[in-house]
Amino acid sequence: MTAPAPARPAAAPEDSGARRRPRPAGPKARTKILVTAVLAVAAVYFLVPVYWVFVAATKSTPDLFGTFGFAPAEWNLGANLHQVLSSNDGIFLRWSLNSLLYSVVGGLGATLLSAAAGYAMAVYDFRGRRLLFGVILGGVMIPGTATALPLFLLFSQIGLADTYWAVLLPGLVSPFGLYLCRIYAEASVPASVIESGRVDGAGELRIFFAFGLRMMTPALVTVFLFQLVAIWNNYFLPLVMLADERLYPITLGLVTWQSYQGRDTDMYMQVVVGSMLSVVPLAAAILVLQRFWRGGLTEGAVKG
Amino acid sequence: MTATAPARRPRPASARRPRGAAAPWLLMAPFLAMFALVFVAPVGYAVYQSLITVRRRGLFGEDGRETAFAGLENYRIALENDAFTASIGRVLLFGAVQVPVMLALALLLALLLESASAAWPGLFRALYFLPYGVPGVVASLLWGFLYVPGLSPLVDVAALVGLEVDPLGPGTVLWSIANIVTWQFAGYNMVVLIAQLKSIPRELYEAARIDGAGPVQTARRVQLPLIRPALVLTAVFSIIGTLQLFVEPLVLAQFTPNIDSGYTPNLGAYGSAFTDNQYNVAAAQSVLVALAAFALSFSFLALVHRMGRNR
Repeated sequence: MTAPAPARPAAAPEDSGARRRPRPAGPKARTKILVTAVLAVAAVYFLVPVYWVFVAATKSTPDLFGTFGFAPAEWNLGANLHQVLSSNDGIFLRWSLNSLLYSVVGGLGATLLSAAAGYAMAVYDFRGRRLLFGVILGGVMIPGTATALPLFLLFSQIGLADTYWAVLLPGLVSPFGLYLCRIYAEASVPASVIESGRVDGAGELRIFFAFGLRMMTPALVTVFLFQLVAIWNNYFLPLVMLADERLYPITLGLVTWQSYQGRDTDMYMQVVVGSMLSVVPLAAAILVLQRFWRGGLTEGAVKG
Repeated sequence: MTATAPARRPRPASARRPRGAAAPWLLMAPFLAMFALVFVAPVGYAVYQSLITVRRRGLFGEDGRETAFAGLENYRIALENDAFTASIGRVLLFGAVQVPVMLALALLLALLLESASAAWPGLFRALYFLPYGVPGVVASLLWGFLYVPGLSPLVDVAALVGLEVDPLGPGTVLWSIANIVTWQFAGYNMVVLIAQLKSIPRELYEAARIDGAGPVQTARRVQLPLIRPALVLTAVFSIIGTLQLFVEPLVLAQFTPNIDSGYTPNLGAYGSAFTDNQYNVAAAQSVLVALAAFALSFSFLALVHRMGRNR
């Protein structure tokens, strides 16, 4: 993140901020142990289901039901993985790739669209800007599930329902992303840069792509990650839109498998291992990228 | 939304030039087109669908269908459906308990992590945030397994100490869902609160210390008032989220008979559309859910605003 943003918004905290600031009270050893113990108990709460699924995924189906859930039993992970990945001609892999496609393409598209529109609203003064901004922010308040049904009816009339487009297109719009981009551009794209671009004879779009986008990079990372996770985790929209199993994202596929498990106890293991596999990529991404999130979250919470 | 209304800022001087008058619209065009397609059109279409009714002509609909204006008929049908009104009551009860509990937990963790007394704050923060990256479907599956008797180690452990728990019982399952939602979003809300805690100027901490305030007093008198915008933001998002409850009950319904097909308003609307083929009633139900979300969010904001002025 070495964007040449000259004026970072004060609201975006540095990761080391916590260490620089003097503490409100001198720490005492006993308080420290107590506080850390409370934090550790909370950590156990947040980790229990994740720990359980990693243990459970290594067991055989009889052991899954027959042994204590938190203790490992005979190692059966290889066979389980083979079962999940080969089931139904490798449909799980296809679901994973679909999830990846929906969230990466949707995330990138949403970021670019939000960046262009947010930049325009920050840099130019034009009629209707406030009204437009208000209407778009209203979109943040509309529950996604309220628009999914009518969107399905609209899409089925224009022949888009049950296609990749049905899930990709709605992923391209992020009102919250536009909001973040606008306030970030206001703070970090100086008028002098735009002016000097004009003096050099660059067009307005060229200035946006050459300078604006680059100066907004920290905000863009945040918008991208938000949208990526939102699309990856979405269930209602694909459920409403898709009938063809081969277009499903992981979330939809897992629930389909789960609905079979009443008839077939082997399906239990398939759902457990599938859940475990779907936790891995985002959990890893969050642990690595979580410091980028906070910048954007601050903007949403603090400005205004 | 006070938090989403940025103060007016001075524009760059160059902005008022006539040159490049089309540029902002060119830049905004892709966003506006998609926004119109996936927000404005469906909202308009839902309102339209909720106001019409489709009648089939002939005994089996063989003479085609006709569309008629129905006024508020679909809304009447939706609201006279006892299962639907019961489901609204259920999510309101759910939200009245779950949202304060989750935000209190998020606030406690945020304050502890930002206090001087926490060891490894970065590690703990990442661990608490982790569930946010777990899809709601998967979170519900994982907790579902941890709720099922015979599979759940938690029920086993409780039995060891002589407690008989049934997280999927008729009286408890709603709170088991609340636990899933809390698990998923407490860490996310905590991160939002921490972000604003970090923006408090250090002078205020020093002033509080000089005035003899301990950590608890500092939290109450300095930190809490200053992170109000973040608390309001997380509360509004949580209220909207509560009314949308769908995935968690849907997934848990596979584990227990105590969740029916109309357990939450969204499950009901989905059933009306795809099981009963009553699109117009489903549209009315969707509009009602959205209106309830708006009404609750705005009354909450109004309440906060009034309390702020009475200080």
